[in-house]
Amino acid sequence: MTGKKHTLSVLVENTPGALARIAGLFSGRGFNIDSLCVAETLDPTLSHLTLVTHGDEQIIEQIIKQLRRLIDVYKVVDITEEGNYVEREMALIKVKAEKEYREEIFRICEIFRCKIVDVSPRSYVIEVTGDEDKLQAVIELLKPIGIKEIVRTGTIAMKREKKST
Amino acid sequence: MADKISGARMVIEALKKEGVEVIFGYPGGAVLDIYDELYKTPEIKHILVRHEQGAAHAADGYARSTGKVGVALVTSGPGATNTVTGIATAYMDSVPLVVLTGQVPTRLIGNDAFQEVDITGITRSITKHNFLVKRIEDLPRIFKAAFYIARTGRPGPVLIDIPKDIQQAKGVFEYPEKIELRSYNPVYEPHIKQIEKTYLLLEKAERPILMVGGGAISSEASKEVKALAEKLNLPVVMTLMGLGAFPGDHEQSLGMLGMHGTYYANMAVANCDLLIAVGARFDDRVTGRVDAFAPMAKIVHIDIDPSSIQKNVKVDVPIVADCKRALIRLLEIVQAAGRPKKFWKERFKDWWEQINIWRRRYPLSYRHDENYIKPQFVIEKLYELTKGEAIIATEVGQNQMWTAQFYKFKRPRSLITSGGLGTMGFGFPAAIGAQVGNPDKLVIDIAGDGSIQMNIQEMATAVEQNLPIKIIILNNGYLGMVRQWQELFYGKRYSFVKFPLIPDFVKLAEAYGATGMRITHPKEVEPALKKVLKSKKLFILDIHIAPEEGVFPMVPAGKATTEMLLV
Repeated sequence: MTGKKHTLSVLVENTPGALARIAGLFSGRGFNIDSLCVAETLDPTLSHLTLVTHGDEQIIEQIIKQLRRLIDVYKVVDITEEGNYVEREMALIKVKAEKEYREEIFRICEIFRCKIVDVSPRSYVIEVTGDEDKLQAVIELLKPIGIKEIVRTGTIAMKREKKST
Repeated sequence: MADKISGARMVIEALKKEGVEVIFGYPGGAVLDIYDELYKTPEIKHILVRHEQGAAHAADGYARSTGKVGVALVTSGPGATNTVTGIATAYMDSVPLVVLTGQVPTRLIGNDAFQEVDITGITRSITKHNFLVKRIEDLPRIFKAAFYIARTGRPGPVLIDIPKDIQQAKGVFEYPEKIELRSYNPVYEPHIKQIEKTYLLLEKAERPILMVGGGAISSEASKEVKALAEKLNLPVVMTLMGLGAFPGDHEQSLGMLGMHGTYYANMAVANCDLLIAVGARFDDRVTGRVDAFAPMAKIVHIDIDPSSIQKNVKVDVPIVADCKRALIRLLEIVQAAGRPKKFWKERFKDWWEQINIWRRRYPLSYRHDENYIKPQFVIEKLYELTKGEAIIATEVGQNQMWTAQFYKFKRPRSLITSGGLGTMGFGFPAAIGAQVGNPDKLVIDIAGDGSIQMNIQEMATAVEQNLPIKIIILNNGYLGMVRQWQELFYGKRYSFVKFPLIPDFVKLAEAYGATGMRITHPKEVEPALKKVLKSKKLFILDIHIAPEEGVFPMVPAGKATTEMLLV
């Protein structure tokens, strides 16, 4: 991976094809998408998209300009560039839960404030929320125990309000 | 309450509201309803082409030569896919088109129905925007938006896909007077600080260049380009798309820059200390090796599309604006600063002396030959005989480059050529569109024997519409430009560039009811051209030229623009 990671917050018209246009723009121009998260906003005519990408300054500038050029794109903010933001991702991790490891799993869950959301005789499903580093840490700790499956949401992000007025 | 009308009728009414006088089309199953309405609408002229690609290119040629939005109408499936090359051509050169495609009924979409294709999916990356009409009540607003998007900002093609059941459904037609799109607001007015910075750079410059691209033509900025150049005594270079934006016969014109640009244009750009680019996008054919492009220059870049700026070259003063308005502001500042014309004349005297040395050293030239017709000679003669006033469409390849070099275009919108996509087969159907849009002007298609065969079927269209287009084939029996590259860079291994069979173009012309003539000797050139220009009919002049003539100067791909191969 070359270049800095950037998290972009994109508001687009909630129309069919808008997402395809954005995905097509990235593949067609050789830009990278590391993760993409889309959902409706309070205004049902707009969708919000959190897009994580990477590249040098010039590429990120092109990505933002090309996104803005799409007729359906209402607003693009480079959250990374503006600084001071909250970033979260959620993962569901299905981990082997043989008797001898259950204590260890509980301990890890407690330290990282994860939830166990499904239990079967042989495995647990753990829900973990946090930034990328935290998810990575949990995954690394669970790996030796035996991860059967992971599903991640991709990053969502939001700018923080100014603390002083 | 207003009467309900069909979707097909709405299409016609919308076209009328948009002032569309002519459309280029080809009927089919999924547009039967629209064609039925067209049948009852004599006020919209319909030009029946022979292939949907021809319709798209003709609409494009119409748009480029008139400045209006070109409209094409085709059926679903293959009708729609046949327009793809035409749409991509228009997209690359920022030409305003509205392409209407029929679609299978909405309930069948996604079912692999007969003649179904996901044309909005296919054209997503080659249109400025596209629409699939899913509800009859959306149709008027979509048409309004489509025309608005096509012609504003950086113009481009917009496609509207209209399912058959939408054409047949009934609804109330209320056409919006105005449209505002919250997500689309092109910036026209320049940031005045940036214009002031530009002026300060001009004050400091010793070796400035004004580089003019196609954006200057689409924003109708020719007058301002000329005013600025003349007031400040600026040397002007043009990109292929910019030819005609500044008179080619003007003494301040250095002609075209780039891969097949003039020696002096490329040398001037390589040595300038200030480059003001107006509506150009620094395509690789213009810059050559990017780090060697105008290495000493501060670059000012005026463009309406922010994404064009800083895309290929580093720019010192970016100006996002309509070219015309930016130049008007710059001229105001020049005026207010009050330096007389004499000042600028004196100021850039040494620079002009240097440029004139380059001009004398390697003017555009070619070796005459007593036995073979030189293509450059043909274009020169054509220029003389038409005084640079004709509308010239070209195909793509050597014919295009010789035309760009040797025909000194005097006016904007007089060169109709596929610059960005480089589409062979573009010129002739585009000439049809140009002639339809300019019935009183002389329209000429300069072709190669390869390109002309790519849309030759449109001969029928041109003859039945009584369009007196002149097709001049520079016939060398080769795909000339590819042959030239094979000669220079592939050890003369002429791999599949010689046509073992070329049709008899004279007989072909006659078969279509046009006139044809063949010449093979230099002495025949002038009389033949005179005869062609006088003709009131579609005319093919098949000129057998020196078969292995090359286009020079030439900057090999990836080289610096100063590393030119000369004649």
